Formats: sequence, structure tokens, C-alpha cells
Amino acid sequence: MRPEQQGVEVAVLVSVGRHPITGRARRADQDARGLELALGLGHQLPGSRVSLLHAGVLDEASEASLRGYLGMGLETLTLLEQTEGADAIPALAEHLAAAPPQLVITGARAERGEGSGLLPYALAERLGWPLVSGLAAVETVENGVATLLQALPRGQRRRLKVRLPAILTVDAAAPAPRQSAFGPARRAELEVTPVAAEPDRELAQWRLAPARKRPKRLKIVKAASARDRFKAAAAKAEGGSGQVLEGVSAEQGAEAIYKLLKEEGVLPR
Amino acid sequence: MSENRRRDPRREWIARNRLHPEHASVLAALGEIGGGAAASEWLGPNGVIRRNPRAIGFIGPNGVKRIDRSGAQQGGQAAGGTRQAAQDSRRQVTIEAPAFLVAVVPDLSGGRLSGHDKDLLGLARRLADADPERPGAVLAVVFGEHKEDSFGEAGIDRLLHLADDAYAGFAPEARLAALAAVERELAPRHWLLPDSPLGGADLGRRLALRLGERPATGVWQLEPDVGSPLGWRCTARGAAESLDIQRPLPRVALALAECAEPVDETRHAAVPLSLAEAIPSALSRIEDLGQVAVDPAGVALAEAEFIVSGGNGVKDWDGFHYAARVLGATEGASRVAVDDGFMARHRQVGATGTWVTARVYLAVGISGAIQHLQGIQSCDKVVAINLDPGCDMIKRADLAVIGDSAAILAALVAKVEQQRGGQRDAA
Ligand SMILES: Cc1cc2nc3c(=O)[nH]c(=O)nc-3n(C[C@H](O)[C@H](O)[C@H](O)COP(=O)(O)OP(=O)(O)OC[C@H]3O[C@@H](n4cnc5c(N)ncnc54)[C@H](O)[C@@H]3O)c2cc1C
Repeated sequence: MRPEQQGVEVAVLVSVGRHPITGRARRADQDARGLELALGLGHQLPGSRVSLLHAGVLDEASEASLRGYLGMGLETLTLLEQTEGADAIPALAEHLAAAPPQLVITGARAERGEGSGLLPYALAERLGWPLVSGLAAVETVENGVATLLQALPRGQRRRLKVRLPAILTVDAAAPAPRQSAFGPARRAELEVTPVAAEPDRELAQWRLAPARKRPKRLKIVKAASARDRFKAAAAKAEGGSGQVLEGVSAEQGAEAIYKLLKEEGVLPR
Repeated sequence: MSENRRRDPRREWIARNRLHPEHASVLAALGEIGGGAAASEWLGPNGVIRRNPRAIGFIGPNGVKRIDRSGAQQGGQAAGGTRQAAQDSRRQVTIEAPAFLVAVVPDLSGGRLSGHDKDLLGLARRLADADPERPGAVLAVVFGEHKEDSFGEAGIDRLLHLADDAYAGFAPEARLAALAAVERELAPRHWLLPDSPLGGADLGRRLALRLGERPATGVWQLEPDVGSPLGWRCTARGAAESLDIQRPLPRVALALAECAEPVDETRHAAVPLSLAEAIPSALSRIEDLGQVAVDPAGVALAEAEFIVSGGNGVKDWDGFHYAARVLGATEGASRVAVDDGFMARHRQVGATGTWVTARVYLAVGISGAIQHLQGIQSCDKVVAINLDPGCDMIKRADLAVIGDSAAILAALVAKVEQQRGGQRDAA
């Protein structure tokens, strides 16, 4: 560890998750990954402080799932208590603006409600902070600049530098969360602060229903004649379009392949 | 030529008389008018259709005469002609004065319109063409360099190409500033983006909040609805795919793949467009340091971008592994290579292995059994190295090199290493 690195203040926003099969409340997977990442960062930069923040209703089910995060090794969680169906964004923005941390880590999408993944973007827009999505790891934090690894599709990674304070969102590419220990979770404390709540009127007007299965796309064959339709249905491999190099030397063949690979940009630079 | 068919009774007579000295030349002349082959049907002198059954059909590849009664005569050179005709059957559509604009920001991953982008453009066309009296135009905003040349076929009327370096890589702030400028100048009625991780999903949410809209995310269905402000109602996925939310379509919508059928009947103009005012350069607090080299062997086969796959035709396995390492590719294998113990079971591509999605698939010594081809259905570019020019993999491949796999791989490795060495010397 380099000496100039000092600890950072990290706030992890957590939500109440939903088990995909039973539908029971649980710690949300992406949020737990976010917390795991923050805890790893605390380990990497001694003197860092990780705090947990949640805005929402306090009842038996939500308390049980919020304690799931506390069981990962934290002592307190700040809960901004709101009524059911209230908009969490203003409350969170106000709380974060009052005592700004350097990093805010959230999951990409909630597992309940609209689940649109807008919350981090809305916070970033309100607070005027930069936002990086799809975080895989935080490499270093130095002089108010964090070096991050962003997860790209196909297992690729991209290195980014971002000025702090910043909002980071994590999805399934972030490290898997550790187990939640039941005893410490029971003993940890929920710091409840009631806040004014604005109901989310728009959401209340929408029609929500359990997800229907999406229709499978049919392969529609637009053919004028029966012969074309038959050919389309029985087609194994459509030929003709490709270029075939026959009777060339190995070098010429390699040259052609090299050109294609270069064009597609898959060769490492 | 005029509308009336002029008949030349003398020529018709010569054409019917096989013994006439000018028979061949007249037939050729008639054939030219009739389109390639000798006429098999013509109007007789008494206004009766005459047929020459011997002129029907074509000589097949084995020298046997074949007759195709579907009407689409094929074989020989005729095949090329019909393919041309199939492509040209798209209707050309030009929208001169659109009533409104539907803006689409495709991902253009790898520089080409992805399947998701095309579906989204199909959705945009539905919005634009709903009222045939007052058609809208589909505007595509494209960032950075691209290799796509069929924007018109995908249903784009207006194309705004912003090729500045500032938009390369992960540059959400610069892209957002550009989209805000588009909004100010062109004020599209709808904004559509693909809800794809790190592409439209990120940019679309930023855009919506910048415009002060509450976007619909995960949209997969759209229906006309007179009660809604924009005349449409959408169904969107919410709460980790467990909920369907039905709501009026907002101005900004992020749609899932297969939200609509891609355009396949029309061809649009894709007229290049530019903005009148300069786009203000955005203050960037995020700096892209470029992609990090990841170990390709550690990437899951199903999501690898570049796969080198070996089959029964690979004899020199050390050379194969070395080539995969030099090319920076993930390794795959056919079932035979796995069964023979040259590759691990989890490397098998195909029906009983992994269905891969690579952008480039290099098949080395693989014959292309149907079980294997199924696994590479969604690959973009397939390159084959094989000894047998007649095998099915060659038919599937975009580029096929006929020759010994070991020699070609070795030459390819030498080529890549030489290029890299050259670059290092130059640097
Ligand atoms: C139920 C079932 C499921 C199956 N599932 C799968 C599956 O998931 N995946 C799969 O891959 N297979 C599967 N198979 C097997 C499949 O049918 C084929 O047997 C297999 O794919 C053939 O592998 P191959 O192309 O490597 O071998 P071969 O068919 O032997 O082809 C070897 C090729 O290499 C070429 N060649 C030979 N020497 C050289 C050389 N020196 N240089 C260049 N080229 C050379 C030959 O011309 C030939 O084209 C399945 C079969 C069944 C019955």
C-alpha cells in the first residue's frame, strides 16, 4: 500500500431485495455486492469509513432484510423512515448533500417497485456528481481521484479515472458478497430518522402486474413461392456470401485472415 | 421501348425453323430481349401462346437437365440474378418533410448496428409511420467511427454522425452534451435508446434526467392509446424482471431487445444531417484510460468476443495453444477434439456444449457438423481453415482458407508477431 493513500468516506445505498423464486424480502444481490466492494476498499485503504443508508418503510420484513447487510460486518445503518410508496430520491439527496461522502455506491437496479435503475442517475443529476456504471473494482483513491475498473460485456474491463465525489453503481460483475452473520446482524443498530415523504403519484397511476412471459419471436419467412419457403425452412448453411481462398500459400491465407481480424479489431494492441 | 409489342413475323418464323441458316442468330437476338435464355413461350401468329418445352429448364451441375416449376428459374448464372432481385424488392421510402422526428441512439457495438439496434429502429418506424398522412422521420445519432453501410435498410431517414474523438470510449458527458444540443435544435418528439448495459442503458438514463423526463425503462411492448399524451402506451419490465408496468409512453424510452420486428420491407434514405450550432464541449470529470488486457483464457466461452476453435483437423496442439495466446483469443473446440482428450469438456462449442456469441469465430480444422454449427449461430464473422473445400463450415464462413491448419496458423502467428515487433521498433 502506498503511503499517500488515506481513507475515504464511502456511503453504500441499500434496498430491500426480493428473492426471485419465493418473492420473500432479502438483502438485494447487487446492493450486497456494492457493500462487499466498499468493505474491500476499507480493507485496502486503512482509515476508510463505510456507512449504510436506506430510505423506506420500517417493518418486520424490511428490518430483517436490512439486517442482512449489517451481518456483513457493520455496526449501524442509517434508515430514513418514509411511508409506503414515497419517493426515496429527495430524501437520499438531501441526506447525502448535508454530509457528503467521497464515494456513493449503489446497485444498478432495485429488485422491487419500478426497478428502473434511475435512482443513482437522479442523485448524480441532483448533486452534480459524476457517475460511473457497471463497476468491477476500485483500484486506487489518491488526491481526490479514484481509478476504477469498469466491467464491459464479454468479460472485458476498462480503466477509468473519476474525480471525487462520485456515484458508482455495481451489477453482477462486482465481487460476490460475503455471507451475512446472524448474531452480529441481530446486535447491530438501526438509526432511524423519520423524514418528510412525498408520495410518488405517477407510479401510483400505472398498472402493475406480474410479468407475463414474453412471446418468442417467430422466424418469419417472406417468400413468394413454396419452393423458397421450403428452402428457407430446410436451409442448413447459406453459402455463397463468403470468400473462399483456394490454392493459396499459407502466407497469403494468413494475410487474409490477419486483415479480417485487424478490421474487426479483435487483435490485442 | 414503347408499350406495344412489335411483332416481326419473319423472325418468329426463323426462330421456329431449326433448319434455317439464321436460326441461331435470331434465337440469340430474341433471347437477349427475353432475358438470357432461349424463349420458351411466345405469342404465336394467331394470337395463341406457343411453348417450346425444350427451352425450359437449365443444365444442372452434373450435366443433367433440371426443370424448376416454381417460376424462379435458378442454376448457372441465373442464381446471381435472383439474389440481386431479392435485395431490390425493398420499397424505397423518402420522407421529405417529416411531421416530427423520432430520435434513436443506437449502440453500434463493434461499429455495426446490433440486433438490438435494429429491433429498436423497427420500433422507431412504428412510431414514425403510425399516421400515413403525417409521417415522422427516424433520426439516428451515431457516435464515433463505424463500419455500417446499411443504415437505410435498417429504417433510418436522417443520420447525424458525430465522429469527434471526444465521443470515443466511455464518454457519457460529451455524448450527453451532444444529445442535449440535438434536443435544442431538432426537438424530436420521441427519444429511443436500447436498454443495454453500458450502452443505451447508461446514456438513456442520463439523457432523460437532463431533459427532466421520467423515462420508461425495459420497454418491450407498445400499443396505440388515445388517452396518453403522446398517443402510445407501453409495457415495461420492472423489479428485476418480475413485474410488468403499463404506463403512457414518455418522451424518452429505453427498450429491450426484440421490442419490435426489424425493418425488412423498405429502404430509407439515411440522409446525412449536421447541427447548425457547435456542440459545447462538456467538462469531463471521467477520464477513459482504455481497455485493460484481460486473460482471454479466463473469459467464459459463452461471452468471449474472439474464439479460436480447434477440431479434428488440428494435429499440432501446442502450435494451436500458442496461436490462441498470441492472437489473444479464447479457446474453443469441437466435440471430436474434446472426446479425443485434447481439450477440456467446458471448451466444447455446439449443441451439447456452449452456444457462443463471439464476434469473430476462427474454426480450425472443423468440418461444420450441424451440432457444431448450431452453437455458432449468433457469431458475426466466421473464419474457417480447412483442407476440404466442400465442407459445411466453408459454406457458413465469411472467409475460408483452404490449406493445412498447422502451416496457416504458424504463418498467422508469424505475421502478428512481426507486426507487433515492428510497432515496438517504431515506438
Ligand atoms: C447428439 C450429438 C451431439 C453433438 N454435439 C456436438 C457439439 O455440441 N459440438 C460439436 O462440435 N460436435 C457435436 N457433435 C459431433 C458432430 O456431429 C461432429 O462429429 C463433430 O462436430 C465433428 O468435429 P470436427 O469437425 O472437429 O471433426 P471432423 O468432422 O473429423 O472434421 C475435421 C475437419 O478438419 C479438416 N482437416 C483435417 N486435417 C486438416 C489439416 N491438417 N488442416 C486443416 N484442416 C484439416 C477436415 O477436412 C475436416 O473438415 C454431436 C454429435 C451428436 C450425435
